[in-house]
Amino acid sequence: MNAQTLTYREALRAGIEQALEDDERVFLMGEDVGRYGGCYAVSKGLFDYYGEQRIIDTPLCESGFVGVGIGAAMGGLRPIIEVMTVNFSLLAMDQIVNSAATLRHMSGGQFNIPVVIRMACGAGRQLAAQHSHSWENFYAHIPGLKVLSPGTHTDARHMLGQALRDPDPVIIFEHVMLLNESGEVSEAPEADMESALVRRLGDDVTLITYGGSLHKALDAADKLAEINISAEVVDLRCLRPLDTDTFLSSVAKTHRAIIIDEGWKTCGLAGEISAIIMEQGFWSLDAPVKRVCTAEVPIPYPSHLEQAALPQAEQIVEMAQAIMEGR
Amino acid sequence: MDRESDHKELQMKEEDSVAEILGNDIVEDIIMPSLGADMTEGMLVEWLVKPGDPVKRGDVIAVIETQKGAIDMEVYHTGVISEILHEPIVTLPVGTVMARVTLTEPGERAKVTPLDSVTVTPLDSISLTHVETSTPLASPVVRKMAMDQRLDLTEVKGSGPLGAILLRDLSGSNIDRTNAIEVDDAINTKKAMRGAIASAMSKSKNEIPHFYQSLDIELGNALQWLKRTNEDRAPDQHILLLALLLKAAAKALMKYPDLNGFYQNNQFVHAEEIHIGNVISLRQGGLVVPAIHNVDKLSVDETMEAIRDISVRGRSGHLRSSELTDATITITNMGERGTDTVFGVIYPPQVAIIGFGKVRETPQLVDGDLVNSEVMSVCLSADHRVIDGMLGAKFLNALSKQLQKPELL
Amino acid sequence: MKIQEIKVVLMKAIQEIAPEIELEDIDVDEDLRDECDLDSMDFLNYLIEIKKLTGVKITEGDYQNVNTFKKMVAYLEQKTE
Repeated sequence: MNAQTLTYREALRAGIEQALEDDERVFLMGEDVGRYGGCYAVSKGLFDYYGEQRIIDTPLCESGFVGVGIGAAMGGLRPIIEVMTVNFSLLAMDQIVNSAATLRHMSGGQFNIPVVIRMACGAGRQLAAQHSHSWENFYAHIPGLKVLSPGTHTDARHMLGQALRDPDPVIIFEHVMLLNESGEVSEAPEADMESALVRRLGDDVTLITYGGSLHKALDAADKLAEINISAEVVDLRCLRPLDTDTFLSSVAKTHRAIIIDEGWKTCGLAGEISAIIMEQGFWSLDAPVKRVCTAEVPIPYPSHLEQAALPQAEQIVEMAQAIMEGR
Repeated sequence: MDRESDHKELQMKEEDSVAEILGNDIVEDIIMPSLGADMTEGMLVEWLVKPGDPVKRGDVIAVIETQKGAIDMEVYHTGVISEILHEPIVTLPVGTVMARVTLTEPGERAKVTPLDSVTVTPLDSISLTHVETSTPLASPVVRKMAMDQRLDLTEVKGSGPLGAILLRDLSGSNIDRTNAIEVDDAINTKKAMRGAIASAMSKSKNEIPHFYQSLDIELGNALQWLKRTNEDRAPDQHILLLALLLKAAAKALMKYPDLNGFYQNNQFVHAEEIHIGNVISLRQGGLVVPAIHNVDKLSVDETMEAIRDISVRGRSGHLRSSELTDATITITNMGERGTDTVFGVIYPPQVAIIGFGKVRETPQLVDGDLVNSEVMSVCLSADHRVIDGMLGAKFLNALSKQLQKPELL
Repeated sequence: MKIQEIKVVLMKAIQEIAPEIELEDIDVDEDLRDECDLDSMDFLNYLIEIKKLTGVKITEGDYQNVNTFKKMVAYLEQKTE
């Protein structure tokens, strides 16, 4: 299979371009996606080529344009809605949670909502508390939604296409710290969008993570290998529905699990995964399930405090060492 | 001497004799205690203190091994350990001075309890209540293993938080289903083994819907090859038919992996590696089923070496716990002095067992002529929840095919 | 080796595998595997033990010459002359 090297941003753009090429019902809509080229420059150049019918700039009104997108999906189009960051999606939450997620159910299956909503997420760029939070868990909580978190360049390239083929609303989280990173993109998706993937094989401990924390877990696994601890890394990819089989079978093999999640620990995704392991994998455990999450503070602005608040590879290494030593 | 009535006198005498006065310091001897009337000596296994450590009355300062098992030894004085006189591991007669403690609390001497009188009676009751009430802390996977394999965890020293037993505390130790329950008594061992076999086999026959298939496999080529190969080999290089059978089974399993794995939580879990359990019957009765790991990756010679290794260690009781727990399929081999066929009982949670009968000579018609042929009946017992007859048939035929070209195994 | 020595060596090799067997349990004219309840692996280990103790290498071609206790004694006597 041919692989090419792209930045995460270019991979996202390639995914949007292909979607626009493949299906004329597809259009992109959001704040500054057209003339400005996207707040994170993901859609740069698309306006000039595809024009204002398919690359649509909207007013600063999340509840409005997300609602329009949902209506367009009901009417037979295939909208890609870009919400500048997940932090602003809270303004559109009523549309997403009360309309997009429920209408298929409430209409007795008469209407489905094939909308895809893309959002930037994550901290690390000194954008302070109102632009840096991780709300994946909010959306992963809602029946009726599917939630994707591409942590690799190939997933950034191909998950959009998979999401557009899904008949139900799909939220895609694009971590801001990955945008400038280069990586290999393969020609085809590595798996269907709802499967978790084992990114690295190991025997001693399973590191379960997704999105922007994936490379931290892989870094940690490299460091752990130097001290003879063999870590398996599971990339969840899809946060709703969760592919529980993949991480449960990994934990059944390693008997130990650490969940790395950029969200806060309290009431978060890491807690959910831990509970699933406890319910379904308890008898394979040799150590308590551990979590490495963001410190329970609004994400700080100063760089050193921001970094101190976020999960880091060193913490993962330390945690893995501790449970291996039975501490 | 009647201990109780002379209690007081003894106490005074002892204090006079064992306590030395060095300047202002009062030093007491710490002696190997008597933990029952029948105890004459004890083994010092480990010191938990070193010279200079402060101790207080009731602290556990050493581990000693007795007929009653490992005992935590307490100190009866408050002070500082001033001298350690014996290093572990050493067996010492009761009363031997093991260490000395320098008293720090004024009036401590008056409270000193004579060692003998404290330790004689209560210890039996202490160790009894200990056995009855405390379940050792253990991680979930260890507890599951203990239940499935009837391991006795009370003898295992845990290395986890609060002394919890972790997986690593089992591997490397001699804990296994055969010697887990009371090792020192051959009858108990035999009983325990019978119990383990009984429970595993009952569970199997109660839960697993077995079905059986048999194929007569022509072994002429394999036996010829063995004869040629072994002709000049010394006995320690000699290859037995079993090695070929194991290799052929592993290769057939690579082709049909659905026989290799476990039925757990109402579903089949395919095992990534091929660990073949081998039924070894013991001379004293009973059997063990140690696994040979990754048979698919071994050469025939390596497989033979592995068979030799487990059969020697299996009979001398030196199998490793992993070998007794991680087989993904089992083979039972009747050998040349056994029966024509053997229909095995699956060892749960595995899903299949292959039974090799003895090689027998039979007449066969080849192009209308009667010829002598050497044949073995191979029986597959399989779990019908996972495997269907067609798969079993394909597997047995693949096994047969492998055995027709022994040089490629 | 003297016959007496060979007998001692053989018993040692047998007891390594089957500790409960004594010389008087064995009918020296019968197949040793039946007499001592040895399977093929046991028999192999018995031959390995003999090689260790006497240096004599017994290959498969000679198995029929060593299958009883008596035959084995004669065989070893000849080989260690």
